[in-house]
Amino acid sequence: MASRSQAGMEINQGKLARDMLIRRLGNFGLLLSPIVSYFFLWAPIVVLIVFSFNDAASVSVWRGFTFKWYQQIFAAGSGDASFVTEKLLEALGNSLFVSLTASLLATTIGTMLAIAIHRGNFPGRRIIDGLLYVPVVIPEITQGVSLAIFFRIIFEYVQTMTGQRLTPGFATIIIAHVAFNISYVVIVVRARLATMNTNYEEAARDLGANNFQTFWRITFPLLLPGILAGGLLALTLSLDDFVVTFFTKGVGDDTLPIFVYGMLKQRVSPEINAISTLMILASTVLIGFSLILQQRGTND
Amino acid sequence: MRMNRKDYKGFWLGFPGMFWLLVFFTLPLLFVLFASFMTKGTGATATLPFTLEHYTRTLTVFGPIVWRSVVVALLTTLACLILGYPLAFFISTRKSPRMRLLMLFLILLPFWTNFLVRTYALKSILGPEGILNTLLLKLSLITEPLALLFTQFSVILGLVYGFLPFMVLPIYAAVERLDFRFVEAANDLGANDWDSFWRVIFPLTLPGVVAGSMLVFIPSIGSFVTPDLLGGTKGLLIGNLVARQFGGRGNIPLGSAISMVMIVLVLIGVVIYLRFGQEEASGRG
Repeated sequence: MASRSQAGMEINQGKLARDMLIRRLGNFGLLLSPIVSYFFLWAPIVVLIVFSFNDAASVSVWRGFTFKWYQQIFAAGSGDASFVTEKLLEALGNSLFVSLTASLLATTIGTMLAIAIHRGNFPGRRIIDGLLYVPVVIPEITQGVSLAIFFRIIFEYVQTMTGQRLTPGFATIIIAHVAFNISYVVIVVRARLATMNTNYEEAARDLGANNFQTFWRITFPLLLPGILAGGLLALTLSLDDFVVTFFTKGVGDDTLPIFVYGMLKQRVSPEINAISTLMILASTVLIGFSLILQQRGTND
Repeated sequence: MRMNRKDYKGFWLGFPGMFWLLVFFTLPLLFVLFASFMTKGTGATATLPFTLEHYTRTLTVFGPIVWRSVVVALLTTLACLILGYPLAFFISTRKSPRMRLLMLFLILLPFWTNFLVRTYALKSILGPEGILNTLLLKLSLITEPLALLFTQFSVILGLVYGFLPFMVLPIYAAVERLDFRFVEAANDLGANDWDSFWRVIFPLTLPGVVAGSMLVFIPSIGSFVTPDLLGGTKGLLIGNLVARQFGGRGNIPLGSAISMVMIVLVLIGVVIYLRFGQEEASGRG
């Protein structure tokens, strides 16, 4: 009997040693993965930022510290900046114009649609509900080429009917951006609607507020964190978009991603490092702002 | 009429959004579907009669590229999973909420930097005169620059770099919802970490894994910029084929057919998600 339990103990000790080894390996792996991942995610960005201060036209050989690329950017418009810098800033301006317009439109229309789907009752509501997820799963390039075909056909049709010759431009880019942004706005706003307490609205109505007053004084302020989060999401998606813009843009009106793409295809100019650094700074502020908003949203 | 006024509640409120989605999203997709069965006309046009030739061409002539795209997308998903799962687990098991928020912030921040700029940054590191090769040469670990850029490897690296957050976030959410009492119970019953991971933790976080995998697989299979900038001619994927057919001397019906094949591949992914991602989620009630 004694020897049998002894053998049992030995097996248990062997198992224990093995289990401890597994735990140690697991803990090691668990510690290693964030180190590797964060290095992987941040190394290119750190390199980018460092080389924005590089006093050379090369993006890989360090020649010394300079502010000149930033000076170039801030000197734009005064005649001192290079042609590339001017173009780069023009593209940035175009990007801001397109993404602000598109996200504002998408947020308005999307919020309306979210309320309509969540609270309304009309035929086809379920179909629209399903359709909302299509832009989220369909590859961007498919949306891009489908709109390219669509606009070409519509423009040809308009030309044969009226003789008016339409060309793609900011309008087509904005239409396309709104088309993919609506879904994201609706999804975010609906999540907010689903968790929203309707008691306040009922109380307002009981106290004699009409629909209009109830909406602007109660529903809208309560929905606002969701609307802002959806709007910021739309803004970043739009600001970042390359593929859909590429297929719906006209000649000349480049957004920043389109301009950067053109640069990467030809010759990279070092201003891009400086402007990217500034963009990282801007998005840091923006994401920080949206996180604060979301925190507030979950707290009330 | 069965429908009275009440049945239209909210219709006009939702009308602009529905109109936009139907006219500027759904209708163009139907145009692509339609064009994919048409014959190539002169220049960049499509005419009758209907034909299946573009589909047979997509699957025969371009078959290898379609297959390569699937393989690249799967490898990207796998790499994101291997890198992202432990990372998500690590973050969501931090005790301090501030630490969790900071770590998530540090994952999202690069993700909010322009995609092209990030791809460019990666390119400048991987190039023959890039930082990595320069460093390895200086350390005498290699005698001549490694051909890192314009390979299948660089494409997958670029895709993982771009889509890793898509994997981390759903898994993070799944681990955060996990009831760790199940893990304690498994340990009390004699399971070691290996067993409790594969039999308790992993199955319970599977919906997050499936969701993350879909969020990585879908944009990977449709990717166009990354293979274009990091892949060169050897790394061409299905997205580049589509783009080429819509360029100057393109073939629109062929490009449309290739797009439809891409959509089918994505839909296969969505079906898998709906089958496995949701079943688990509802099973946990």
